[in-house]
Amino acid sequence: MTNYKDMLKRGAIWGFILLQLAFFSIIGDQLSVSDQPFLAYDNMLLVLKQSAPIGIIALGMTVIMINGNIDLSVGATFALAAIVMLDSMTWPFMQALGDWAIPLAWIFALMTGVIMGAINGIIVWKTGVDAFIVTLGAMLGFRGLVFMFNGEQPTSHLNWTLVDFAEAQFLGLHTATWFLLGTALVLWLLMTKTVHGRNAYAIGNNRDAAVNAGIRVGPHFIWNFMLIGFLAALSAVVFYSESGSVNPNDGMLYELWAITAVVLGGTKLAGGYGSIISTLGGVLAIQILRKGLGHIGADTQTVNLVIGLILIAVLVLDRQLNRKGHGELKI
Amino acid sequence: MQLTKQDIGRLLAKQGILIAFAVFMIGFALANQRFIAVDNIAGVIRSSAILGVMALGVTFVVIGGNLDLSVGSMMSFSTIVVLDLHDKIGPALAIPAMFALTLCLGAFIGFLVGYLKLNSLIVTLGMLSAIHGLTLTWSGGKNMDIADKAGTWFSFFGQDRIMGIPVPILIFALLAALLAMLLSKTPFGRKVYAVGGNGQAATFSGIPRARVVFYTYLISAFCVAVAGLLQASRSLGSQNTVGQGMELEVLAAVILGGASLLGGSGTVFKTVIGVLILGFIQNGLLLVGLDFYVQYIVTWAIIILAVWLDVAAKRGRLWSPIA
Repeated sequence: MTNYKDMLKRGAIWGFILLQLAFFSIIGDQLSVSDQPFLAYDNMLLVLKQSAPIGIIALGMTVIMINGNIDLSVGATFALAAIVMLDSMTWPFMQALGDWAIPLAWIFALMTGVIMGAINGIIVWKTGVDAFIVTLGAMLGFRGLVFMFNGEQPTSHLNWTLVDFAEAQFLGLHTATWFLLGTALVLWLLMTKTVHGRNAYAIGNNRDAAVNAGIRVGPHFIWNFMLIGFLAALSAVVFYSESGSVNPNDGMLYELWAITAVVLGGTKLAGGYGSIISTLGGVLAIQILRKGLGHIGADTQTVNLVIGLILIAVLVLDRQLNRKGHGELKI
Repeated sequence: MQLTKQDIGRLLAKQGILIAFAVFMIGFALANQRFIAVDNIAGVIRSSAILGVMALGVTFVVIGGNLDLSVGSMMSFSTIVVLDLHDKIGPALAIPAMFALTLCLGAFIGFLVGYLKLNSLIVTLGMLSAIHGLTLTWSGGKNMDIADKAGTWFSFFGQDRIMGIPVPILIFALLAALLAMLLSKTPFGRKVYAVGGNGQAATFSGIPRARVVFYTYLISAFCVAVAGLLQASRSLGSQNTVGQGMELEVLAAVILGGASLLGGSGTVFKTVIGVLILGFIQNGLLLVGLDFYVQYIVTWAIIILAVWLDVAAKRGRLWSPIA
């Protein structure tokens, strides 16, 4: 019985996606002004591609939330990594390297993300201040670092090799989609097949019990914060390779979108429960909704309204399905 | 009497935020005389007033053991609504209508978090998005402007002075005083602490937990409506995203004031100090000649230090015992 219920809950997000697809392709195509059907191959490819920036971050956020933590600084890390990547390519010694500057710029950006994550992780570990507050502060602090580069001016550097790479399609899928799917696969393996993943669930479920069982909680936190820092940077790298220009305010509210996707996927804020694959479902559901509402000609502003209400509806449904009330916020 | 290490620790933890405030003020004053000029101080308080008014309401929610991430987008909503209605039904009707609509939103959140016992973080996160959508639908995505900016008395709240004191400061001070009384001198205030401190114990002692939480969200929405009024009246025109991102700044001010996110602790007075610290740091760093982004980095350090001190004093040791 419990298994059946669990299956139902895990499958819920995919059922929702199917429902959305059915709705937008049957009713949507009637209302739509475009002559292309919603389920057109190109349109679906675009959905996948556009899910990537938030999606890669949301996948990392799942790990953090299973751990019982939260990271509000990912939007700022995203912008910081983007600016490091684009700015570093204009440095004289980098320009001398020609196209070899690209991998180096990527490494700089990814290192930035890892370092920012490590800073958060060390503070959470050593001070014992809750991750919510630490990363709330970091959200402001990292944004300050972003502004250090170019003030309020956008930073731009268009490298055509990079743009070609980002716009390329391999086996039909865009580069960004491959990064999203690759991240999902790696994190799925991490969370289901490794000791690290098992520890993450254990710590999120009951931190004291995990400590007593001999898990080193502190270093574990640092690894996970480094992971999400890395993924926020990876997301920036994928996105800005194509666009080539970053505004210092970019990535604002990304943390909230990512958390929304994770919660839609059924991960518990309290920790100890959740799955990478369901988060992928949550990410796709949001993007299909966005695309679908656009398809039927609804104003873009309706998207915010609908997603907000769906999030609350999911919470109400979840409460009805699981009345134990285990989901209190632990901060 | 001998001052032990523990005593100093306890004093720092209890009054640390006031001490830090004093140190900052003295430091900035020594660095730049202009910092303590009356008009500068009034300017800082005035520009902090909108954030401050919102922080007053959120203080109630946080003491009650919940979070409110929707205040930023709710403030955009009230600003847009009052500006739009101003030209349609006149300011005298627009203001109460805007208050009623904003309170409805607050009541909806209060119902979900209080009576349905849903997680406040996710509910208000959802509402952040939903209210933003509502605002955009209301305005059609366009900026809102009052047609006749010179001929309206609506600018009174944001721009006028009474006996030389800017009206926003008066409203902020008045509201702070009222809410401080409500929180510290009335049974309702004590119930808010009880519900946030230990919800189960409060329920067992007969305190209607759901209703108390519901009221904290109403208070928060009321404060947001006041903030929206100040914002609209100050600029007489607005973008749809005027309050975007303020929810987290407000929360930072409340935490800086020493309210614990676990609920059950914090005061209105300390929140005001938290708001002023943010405002004066911003101003002081600019006057000293540092770039504007330095304030973000300093705020980061201050938030973490403030909470760390608090946590450290409670557990009696500086570093976390986690392995």
